[in-house]
Amino acid sequence: MIHGTGYKFGDNVDTDQIISAKYLVTTDPKELAKYCMESADPDFSKKVKAGDMLVAGRNFGCGSSREHAPLSIKGLGLGLVIAESFARIFFRNCINIGMPILECPQAARDAKDGDQFNVDLDQGIIKNVTQGKSYQAQPFPDFMQQIISAGGLMPYVKKRLAVGN
Amino acid sequence: MGQTAMQKILAAHAGKTSVEPGEFIMAKADLAMANDVTAPISIKALERAGITKLWDKDRIAIVFSHFVPAKDILSAAQAAVAREFALKYDLSLFFDEGRGGIEHSLLPELGLVVPGDVVIGADSHSCTYGGLGLFSTGVGSTDLAAVMATGEIWLKVPETMKFNYRGKPGPWVTGKDLILFTIGQITFDGALYKNMEFTGPALQHLSMEARLTMTNMVIEAGGKSGFIEADAVTEEYLKGRAKRPYQIYKSDPDAIYCANYDWDISGMEPQVAQPNLPDKVAGLSKVVGAKVHSAFLGSCTNGRIEDLRIAADILKGHKVAKGLRFMVIPATQNVYRQALKEGLIDIFMEAEAIVSAATCGPCLGGHMGVLGPNEVCISSSNRNFPGRMGHRDSQVYLANPAVVTASAITGCITHPDDIVGKPTIKAA
Repeated sequence: MIHGTGYKFGDNVDTDQIISAKYLVTTDPKELAKYCMESADPDFSKKVKAGDMLVAGRNFGCGSSREHAPLSIKGLGLGLVIAESFARIFFRNCINIGMPILECPQAARDAKDGDQFNVDLDQGIIKNVTQGKSYQAQPFPDFMQQIISAGGLMPYVKKRLAVGN
Repeated sequence: MGQTAMQKILAAHAGKTSVEPGEFIMAKADLAMANDVTAPISIKALERAGITKLWDKDRIAIVFSHFVPAKDILSAAQAAVAREFALKYDLSLFFDEGRGGIEHSLLPELGLVVPGDVVIGADSHSCTYGGLGLFSTGVGSTDLAAVMATGEIWLKVPETMKFNYRGKPGPWVTGKDLILFTIGQITFDGALYKNMEFTGPALQHLSMEARLTMTNMVIEAGGKSGFIEADAVTEEYLKGRAKRPYQIYKSDPDAIYCANYDWDISGMEPQVAQPNLPDKVAGLSKVVGAKVHSAFLGSCTNGRIEDLRIAADILKGHKVAKGLRFMVIPATQNVYRQALKEGLIDIFMEAEAIVSAATCGPCLGGHMGVLGPNEVCISSSNRNFPGRMGHRDSQVYLANPAVVTASAITGCITHPDDIVGKPTIKAA
């Protein structure tokens, strides 16, 4: 179970807004975290606490394939991203690096900036404590569950390689 | 039941006779690609997993493109990580600074991607290659690391949307205009997770380069991949260029599409995407006169030799507008050399444009012409999100090379006809 404040953003938040290209000169998540969401909200990285959540509209993470984007969110210690929908490369990147995300259109639409959330990641149950509402997020397909339970893509690949040998 | 070409390509790479949309498959890749910005994260992921044996040293391309030449100390240090890796593993497709250019222009130019391939690239515009009749998609660095290690990738077979273009493109209407129009119609996430198949008689009038511009921007509609069936135009392009044998796949007449679009493009005017989304598309006449401070010709979308020829033809005998700067960046070293041979670079410099070495440069606000607060740019590139090319309050219009060049001459968005009357060369 994770608890935190939800920070609300709109539709089509692209990877340039999550982490501007000028910061793609490092791969360190902690360093990237300082500039997370800077274009959309310059003070974002200063005001959030570990476990807080990003709540967004449609097509979150669209644009470039830069893994620096989910790394900056993870580096900041955010607990979860909830969105109406995710751009596909960003979605894959989150699964691959172990950054929790949930797709839940109604929860994302209803949320207001600053709402408090309790989320059960295993069950995909999102509780908006401020509004007293509960939502069931889309479950991950089995195939993706295997990657998640292996601890990300590289441990999954290692296991496969070991079987192959 | 009929299959799309994309289903056939993915089935062949998954060792199956057929695949259905929505099905998860493990597909064998023909080529994996990363650049100077995405490779270092892949390398870290491989190191963390303790993987020291790579899939195939002749099938992993590393192309330096984003911060070329290194823009500062950090980017130089980052490039060094990728360079050391490429040298250590003796990667035959390592294109260092000075040896290549922008990956999405370079790989087709060198015949390293061919019809029927599965190509996985750690860059979102890796969808470009689909214009050659293959499956290619962009992924993140960890996905790419897995391909580097195994030669395989997990994929969900995408549904396919079919776009049929009829009629003959008018003067100044290029592949860029067709794809901008399409994105404007289906909107920014209209093709989310989907394959976009482009077809129809109008494509016969488009060069291979113009077709690659179309598939380049499927990601701007959320698409997973783009596809144009290989035909005589493709085969002519591949002649003397293809580095591997290839197989041409065609969609069956009774293939299932999740959406069908059919447009007559006769009479279409050049299209422009307005700030701050690539789907905010309007006909050129609606935005003519908007003031711009900067113009950029280049990027993986429109930095090929054909684009430079169109621009030089308009620019000849003119000067760049006072108070405006015009960046011209050939997409690859070979494009640069060809432009030199043809006298195009001389035309650009005579007009007082800035010409630089092959790099992604200002397209992503990296370097080489970054925008300041409230500045407006007209660009031949592919994205115009807030802050894409610099300051968060800067703005970008996306257009074809002819419109960018005409606007560079006047300092406001301008129809090429207003500079040269009617076109003297065929706009591709």
